[in-house]
Amino acid sequence: MPADREGPGSTRPPLGPAGTLVRLALVGLILAAVLGTYAFLGGWLTPSALTPARLTDAFEHAAGVHPGFRRNHAKGVGVSGFFESNGNGARFSKAVVFRPGRVPVIGRFSLSGGRPDVADAPDEVRGLGLQFTLPDGELWRTAMINLPVFPFRTPEAFYENLVASAPDPATGKPDPAGMKALLERHPETARALAVIKSQPIASGFDNTTFHSLNAFRFTSSAGVSVPVRWLLEPAQPFEAAGAAPGSRDRNYLFDALIARVQRQPLRWHLVLTVGQAGDPTADATLAWPPDRERVDVGTLTLDRVEAEETSPARDINFDPLVLPAGIAPSDDPLLSARSAVYSRSFTRREGEAKQPSAITAADVRGGK
Amino acid sequence: MPTPTRQFPALSRLLHWVMAAMVLTMLGVGMAMIVSLGDYHALLSFHRPLGIAILVLVVVRFVNRRLNPPPPFPASMSEAERRVASASELVMYGLMLVLPLVGWGMLSAARYPIVLYGSVHLPFILPPSPTLYAVLRKAHTDLAYLFFLTFLAHFAAILFHTLVLRDGILKRMVPWRVR
Repeated sequence: MPADREGPGSTRPPLGPAGTLVRLALVGLILAAVLGTYAFLGGWLTPSALTPARLTDAFEHAAGVHPGFRRNHAKGVGVSGFFESNGNGARFSKAVVFRPGRVPVIGRFSLSGGRPDVADAPDEVRGLGLQFTLPDGELWRTAMINLPVFPFRTPEAFYENLVASAPDPATGKPDPAGMKALLERHPETARALAVIKSQPIASGFDNTTFHSLNAFRFTSSAGVSVPVRWLLEPAQPFEAAGAAPGSRDRNYLFDALIARVQRQPLRWHLVLTVGQAGDPTADATLAWPPDRERVDVGTLTLDRVEAEETSPARDINFDPLVLPAGIAPSDDPLLSARSAVYSRSFTRREGEAKQPSAITAADVRGGK
Repeated sequence: MPTPTRQFPALSRLLHWVMAAMVLTMLGVGMAMIVSLGDYHALLSFHRPLGIAILVLVVVRFVNRRLNPPPPFPASMSEAERRVASASELVMYGLMLVLPLVGWGMLSAARYPIVLYGSVHLPFILPPSPTLYAVLRKAHTDLAYLFFLTFLAHFAAILFHTLVLRDGILKRMVPWRVR
């Protein structure tokens, strides 16, 4: 065939109608294959899959949409201070934050759930988000809670919980049968809840212990990698929580926190729990054996409290996977899912008009 | 004998195919990222440095295009078709520059660290601003879909010319030398 030998730009003899049709069909097929590949990647072919958007929708369904607020841990106040590293953490991680010295910290105390005006109560899960700004410009963010273990092992189980805790339109309350069924499907959740219930709840934010929730991998400058969980142990003495004061004092936990920070700086010890081979890193419902090495790596001091409207913490996404070199995610499936859903929640709220928080700037001034 | 079409210069062809692979990967990563829970972090960690690499290479490509102008369109293309082809090239060049910048800008406005690898990160190029973030975040998605549609049109046109018109247009850009 001389046509095959022709140089670029030459036109071959015209095709017959059948040949043209076949070749047009081929063009269509190739385009359809490309479109199909991207449709698959973009999730259009798997509409029932759990996505960050669907998980975020579930938060909104459970608590209602409150524009401008976080979809979870909606109620909170901003804090700031510093972390003073004692250098002990450098044994496990090359992260600059563990070299001896002081780095500035911005944080946010919060209560779980999507309602920004929820009444303070002892059994509401307490959150503390922190951002450490390292001298080399790296950031370390962590979103910790006061539960020693997490009740859900996978994002799917967490989603089931959100669906089960959404109010039934008929009664306005969650259907108890839904939660019962969830516990039957997820015995690990029932076991984790038993561990959680066995722990006494502290009287305030200031004397609460906060946990990293998930395991991470710390890598030393020698290249040695170990699984690590961490917690913040309060220097303020523990006192057991009493009953909630009732509906007239809806912000009593936050008000007490504000008063205490304004009286004197609050301190926590950052304690690493170093795992060993075989310790579960992909299951946040399981505690590690109690004899694991614990290392106090420094002190967090929070000496300033601010309402969200003035605090930079309002617009920080405390994404647990904003990590400095030397700290990496473990194989815990919750970590990437948390990162994805926090990001989705952040994108939604940053595009909405900001509403005043339940704890206002006047409340913070009044605490003095 | 029709006038023979010249090929693009070798460096232009290399840049075209390397960037085609990067950009098609990027579109897939971007689409998969926003619907993924388990792979979100890994995809995002790959998305950022790949985007910055595209930004660097597209600047190289602008300079190369100035130094090594493209060959004329083949005789088989009508005046209208040439205008559409030029416009689509311009859109794709523009978006390869703008999309990474919008991504970098939106992360800056949100104060997300722009980590490339390990402790290597880029500075913020915009002040912190929720509004700016929200606008740029939406623009990033919309412009990516515009890029995808422009790519599909470009790809469909090349397929049509190559398989139906058989005018040898692809030979201008194939990686190997055609004589």
